[in-house]
This record gives sequence, structure tokens and C-alpha cells, in this order.
Amino acid sequence: MGRKVAVVGTGQTYHRSHRPDVTSREMIREAVTSALADADLKIKDIDAVVIGNMDHFESINYVDTYSIEGSGAFMKPIMKVSTGGTTGATVAIAAYYHAASGLFDRVLAVGFEKNSESDTTGAIITCSDPIWDRFSYSGAIPSLATEATAYMEQYGATQEDAALVGERDRNHALNNPYAHLQRPLTVKDIMASPMLAYPIKLGDICPRSDGACAMILAADGIAQKTASRPAWFKAVSVRHTYTWFGDSTDYNKGLVSMQQASQEAYARAGIRSPVDELDVAELYLPYTWAGLKWIEDLGLCGRGEAARFVGDKNTHMGGKLPINPSGGVISTNCIGATAMLRVAEAAIQVMGKGGKRQVPEAKNALATGFGGCFWTDVVILSSERP
Amino acid sequence: MSDWRKDVEPLTLKGQIAIPYTWHVGDVGSRFLAALRDEKKILGSRCPECGKVFVPARKNCGACFVDISEWVELKPEGVIEAYTIVHYSHPIQPVKPPFAYALIKLDGADVGFLHLIKKDLDKLKNGLRVKAEFSGERTGKILDIDSFELV
Amino acid sequence: MDKAAIVGVAQTRYERRKKDQIFADMVFDVTRAALDDAGLTINDIDSVVTCSNDFYDGRTISGMAVGDAAGGMDKNISTVSGDGTFGAFYGLMRVLSGYKATIVVAHYKGSEGDVKITTNGMFDPIFHRFLGIEAISAAALQANAYMNLYGLTEEQFAEVSVKNHGNALNNPYAQLAMKITVADVMNSKKIADPLKLFDCCPISDGAAAIIIAGEEIAARSKKKPVWIKGVAHCCESYLLGDRDLAKPVALSEAARKAYAMAGIKNPLREIDVAEILEAFSYMEPLWLEGLGFCKPGEGATLIGKGVTGMGGRLPVNPSGGALSANPILVAGLARLIEATLQVRGEAGARQVDKVNTALAQGFNGPCGQSHCVWIIGGKK
Repeated sequence: MGRKVAVVGTGQTYHRSHRPDVTSREMIREAVTSALADADLKIKDIDAVVIGNMDHFESINYVDTYSIEGSGAFMKPIMKVSTGGTTGATVAIAAYYHAASGLFDRVLAVGFEKNSESDTTGAIITCSDPIWDRFSYSGAIPSLATEATAYMEQYGATQEDAALVGERDRNHALNNPYAHLQRPLTVKDIMASPMLAYPIKLGDICPRSDGACAMILAADGIAQKTASRPAWFKAVSVRHTYTWFGDSTDYNKGLVSMQQASQEAYARAGIRSPVDELDVAELYLPYTWAGLKWIEDLGLCGRGEAARFVGDKNTHMGGKLPINPSGGVISTNCIGATAMLRVAEAAIQVMGKGGKRQVPEAKNALATGFGGCFWTDVVILSSERP
Repeated sequence: MSDWRKDVEPLTLKGQIAIPYTWHVGDVGSRFLAALRDEKKILGSRCPECGKVFVPARKNCGACFVDISEWVELKPEGVIEAYTIVHYSHPIQPVKPPFAYALIKLDGADVGFLHLIKKDLDKLKNGLRVKAEFSGERTGKILDIDSFELV
Repeated sequence: MDKAAIVGVAQTRYERRKKDQIFADMVFDVTRAALDDAGLTINDIDSVVTCSNDFYDGRTISGMAVGDAAGGMDKNISTVSGDGTFGAFYGLMRVLSGYKATIVVAHYKGSEGDVKITTNGMFDPIFHRFLGIEAISAAALQANAYMNLYGLTEEQFAEVSVKNHGNALNNPYAQLAMKITVADVMNSKKIADPLKLFDCCPISDGAAAIIIAGEEIAARSKKKPVWIKGVAHCCESYLLGDRDLAKPVALSEAARKAYAMAGIKNPLREIDVAEILEAFSYMEPLWLEGLGFCKPGEGATLIGKGVTGMGGRLPVNPSGGALSANPILVAGLARLIEATLQVRGEAGARQVDKVNTALAQGFNGPCGQSHCVWIIGGKK
């Protein structure tokens, strides 16, 4: 088996709609510098770098080699991992394997995106199969809307139920100085916002952000010396099944990738009752309905119970299992960094560095990534060395 | 079962992914490009640790991983370190072949500067001196230098 | 090392245009063939790594096209955007972390895109891209810098093309197998000085797969396991002008680390065969220098003396190398597969005598900015 690994430092940029003052490479360096400072390390201490984004958002081929001066990988090993929306999490997971393998002691993971530089939907549409799907696929929002209507039909959840997820996350973002959208939004505001694709309204959906995130992982023995309270990896799990869109439209089954990945991760982490054993969750919820349906898939509440579970404020700050103290994806979405921000924010909670967004005594944290073709990544971090 | 393969007509579909981009040049790059456009000047920057002068100017040194704040104005002249004469044509090229790419060590710089040479291709040699010819109409891009020419 | 082994390999035939197969078809074929080669079923595989590139595939999240074809359904899977040697490196790390067996696949169809546009995308969007530079013209600059530093000749590079296209005659997977002379190379069409047509790799379609496993699976695989002795990668500066293009420093550093892991002190004596990614003829001598097989500036001499020929002390690219087929991303994995076949003694007409230790190398980025070096061997 591999070595135990922990997060020993995180860094992120202040996320904005536009960062005209920096190039991608310069923005990456801001996050890297801040992660190094957080871990009290120098770039020479880093043994390997993993980086990821989505190529067509900035139109840069080989971001690994492009980024060297920003990522600090000059004369070091650097590898690029890219899996769409899940990228940030798969990069963090790749960094985990770098250290767990025994080949590297201190590994830097970097996710970034400058969504302001391209047409996000224009780029996302090209994820569809050029022969069979591209003529009809119109981007992420309509496919998520289809999932939402199926959920509404199945369990009678209302648009207001979903909007409460948005209100919650946007309120949480007020505690996070790095969040992109720092204006609170109420259920009423969301209900009154323009309809994009029924039932998704502007207030239900994530923004496009410019930003970068970096994390430093260290192997057992080194992690304890580097951080006073490292965030240990208890489990990682990935499910990127489905090549064809049609394969994933049985919405009545729920989000199968999330069910599978979370069950595998809980088993690996020895978690039997996630809602009781987890203290905080940073979930990749790109739209409000995900905050209902997907928490069922994660086993945080029963089928069809999410509206009530969220409505009873179990997932708000101070509740049983606070979700997205950072404000989540609905407040900040620099796509290649988005899933890494979930892992980094989970680490921040475990390390007790959350400031105003800290969940008191957070020991076990869940982070998810979502993207691709209804794909899921799951990471479980803990203050306890596994 | 597999007999049909012999007669199948392999079809193709034509497509293109065409996504518009607006790259932010950043504060440092913007000052560099604005200097080309407004003053016909080539700006570099010097790393406070290793002392290397980079061109185009950089915000930080990759090797030392420290911020750079010192600007250095370079002479628009230098020496050919490497070159190639391109004989094929492609729409991405800004000029019809034959033309040359060259890495030029500008006077005062410690790194090569990549640009075009359009004339006197038969006379090119490593080590020859060249100077920048600026475009008449400049808009804040690397092609505000039209090309380099033999001195 | 010696904790993980290559237990299964497969490649498609490399061709200019595979009209009858989409990416998933090619990947499915090599996945199945690699499993057959190893005597394993897809149920023995618990981890999958695909190598793909959104630019080359004209598709965002390009890994989506091949995940299921690689057996990724309901498994832990990821995608390395880069050369297959890097994908295999990730596969190895997953095995060393506890997975039983990782299959690594790579695919590429040069016939479907425009490689000048996609490799122009490797260059800085602000300072370099508008100059129109792409992989070939950048390589030509590197060849010029290399020649100029050491006083090398175009004929010396041509010898690599003659050797590798000739070696390809023994490789049933190769795309461009040709018996040619130095004069043929010298007289071939000018591309970008000093590179001529026969100095350059072709545009290729193809796929390859490799299975890396821990000791448990290795003990029961059908073929003799080929043990991973050492592997490392390293990247240097980005902008061409920041680099000394005639000195492959990242390759030297990757080789130094890989040799240290494998306990290799004198590579020329201890390595029996090398498969290296020479997309252009000049790269072979330059990479040989970076790999420490000779002193800087002496790579071409080594080739000229016949050391790297099939009968030489260190045959290089018995397969014909990337000059004979260059499906990008697949090309590095093909080097590792060819090295594996050499260690197994299964390389057929291209087999080198008595191979105990083999080297494979691949790279990412313009002019070999980021290199990955593998040392593999038949004995634990």
C-alpha cells in the first residue's frame, strides 16, 4: 500500500470576473506563492508539480510546459491532468498519488482558469461527440436543467427548495474573502432572476470566474513536521463512466457516479454514517438543484428528503453538516480550479484555518468534484492520521 | 458477420472548433507592448536575484521564483543566435514563405528574442547583427515589430 | 524500484489515415490486445489512465471519448494530457500507491486535425503565437542552434533518417519503412532549414496500451514481467529564447534521476537498447547527449560510428522511432512498448541480441521542453 499523505498548505487568488492585470501564468504564480507561504516552504522544497485546466478556455496547448515560470516547476517534474469540470479534484488526487507512491515527498498541485478569456459555453459545447452529439448539445445549463426537472417530477421538490441552496451558499460566501460573488442573494431574488432553461434561473447557476488554487501535499513523516495540523487523505475515489450523453440520462437512478464514488470513499475511510461522521462538506454544486439531489446521492439524507433536510438548515453554518462554508461553486467558479477549491477548502477546515468561515472543531471533511459527463470525484480529509 | 466491412464507405464530417479568445496581456506585458506601439522601444526586466535580463519583460523569474520590478530598455539591435528559413506556407504565418524565424540576443539581454526576418535570407548566418524594423501601423502586439533586418 | 512491472502491451499499426476507426475503436482494440497479451481480464484492472489532448482531438474533455473503451467504466480513472511516457508514469504511481493494475492508453489521429495550428497553440499567446511558429519551425531553430554550437552537418542528421527508416522495415507497426540513402534525405524537399522532408516525422494515426501491475498480478501474468527499474521526468524554461536549445538540460536531469533509481552508472555500457522520441532526425543525437550516452556534441559521432545501428553496442530505435511513425502522445508510449518487447525478446525481426536493460524516452512541449526517461529490465 501507498504512503499516507496530507495537505500541508493551500493558496488561492482573490477570484474575480476578470483579471486583466495578469496572464494565466502570472495568476498561477499568485496561488503557488500563497500556498508556499501557508506551508512555510520555498519552491526548492517542492519535488513535483501537477497542474490542470481546460485547454479551450484559454487556448493554451500543453499548460504544463506553458506554466513553468508561474508554477515554479523550472527543472522539476510537472505533469498535466485534465478531466473537464473535475480537473481540480483529479489534479489534487494525482498529487496525492505522487506522494503516496513513495516517489515524491512534497508535491504541489495547481488548478486555474481564466474564464474571462473565452466563450465558456462555446468551449464547453466542444466536449460533446463531434459526430453524434455536437449538433444538438447546447452546453452545461440545459443538460443540468433536464436533470432538475426529472428530480422535481420524481420528488415534488419546488423551485423555492432549490433556491434555498443558492441563498445558503451565497450567504456563506460573505465569510470568504476570496469568493467571487460577495453579494447576498435570497430565495426571493433567485425566484425573480431571469429564466435560462426551466427550472434554472440566473440565480440558480454558478458564475464564470478568473482564479487559481494551489495545494501542497506531503508524505507521512514530512507532513507532521511541515504543518501543525495537517489534513490527512482518508480516501479518494473517482468515477468517470459514460462516453455517450445518452448513457447517463436515466435520471431516476440518481447521479450514479456520485453514489459509486462516495460509497467507495466512505468504505475506504471507514465511514458508516456520513452525516454523523463528517463535520463539513465542500461540494461541487454548479447549480442549486445539485444541492438537493446530489446530497441524496452522497447519502447525506434519504431519497427525496433533501428539500426538508436543507430547509431545516442542517447544511447551513451552525447546522448538523455545514455544506460549502466557502460559498461554493455558486459563488466562485474558475473551472479548472473549482474542484480543487473544494479540496483546498475542505483542507482549510480540517487545518482550522477557515477564519470567519471556519466550522468549529471540523475533523472530517468531504470534498467533491463534478464535471465531464455527469462524473464525480470524492476526497475525504481528516485531522486524524489514518 | 464482418463481411459488410469490405463494402462500407468510410464517411467523414468536416468541422471546426472556433472559439473566440481575448487574452489578458497583464500589467507587465501591457507595458511591454505599449512601449512597442507608442515609443518603438523594446523593454526587458532584470531579475534581482540572478541578474538575468529577460525580454519580453517578465513579472517574475522562473528559476529564482522571485518578483521582478526593474525595467531595462534594450537596444533594438542584437545578434542572431539561431535561425531557420521556412519554406512551407500556412495560414497561421504572418508572411509568405520563404521567411526566417530567428532567436536574437538583443544587446543588453541575457535571453533570446524570437522574431521574423524577411529579407536577405541568403545572407543569414549565426552571429550576424540585426536590428528591429517597426511597423508603420502599430496596435500593441508583437508584430508591431515588423521584422528584423541585417545591419 | 522493482515493485511494479509492465505485464501487457499493445499497439495498432500506425498509418497516415485510419479511415475505418474512431478514437474509441482504436483504444478498445489496444485495450483488449494488451489484456490478451498479459493474460488478464478487464476485471483484473482496477485503475485506468488515458492520455489525450483537447487540441489534437478538437474536443474539450477529450478523455471522454475513450474512457469506456479503455475499460474505465465503474473504475478509478484519470486523464494525463501529455505524452504516453507521462501517462505511464502516473499509472506507475497509482500502482505504487496500492492499485493492483493500471492500464494506460494513448490515442492520436493526425489525419483529423491540423498539426500546425494545434502546435502553434503550444506557444505563448501574447509574444509568440502571432509569429506563426509551430512544432516544425521551432524544431528547425533547435537544429540550427545545435549545428552551430558543435559544427555539425546536415549529412550527420541524415544518417539518423537513413538508419531509422531502414530499421522500420523490420517493424510491422511502422508507417514509413524505407530503404533510403543520405543523398535521398539531402535531396528531399526543403521544409525549414536545416530540416528537409526526410528529417521530419510523418503525420500518423494510431493508439497504444500498456498495463503496469504490482507484484501480485505480475506473478500471474502470461508474459514475463518487465520490471520498472527507474523513471523520472523534468521540465525546463518555456520561452524558446530562455533556453539553450542545443543543451537538453531537462533530459539530462530526468536521466540522472532515472539512472540513480536504476543504479546505472555507465549508461552506454549498462543499457542494451534505447527507444527515444526523435520526431526530427537531429533529436536523436541531441537526446543521446542529454541521456549521457556520450559527451555534449558527440551524439552525431556516436551515430556515425555505427554505435546506434542494429549491430552496434547501443542500438537506438530498432523500431524505426518517431521518424517512422509519430502519433503524438502515443509516440512515447510506443517507445516504452518497443523497449518492453526488446526486454521480453519478442521484438521479432527488430530484436536486439541479449537485452537485459532497455531505455525509453518521451517528451512534451516545444523542442523537448519536458522529458520523461524510463529504465526497464527483465530481472528483478
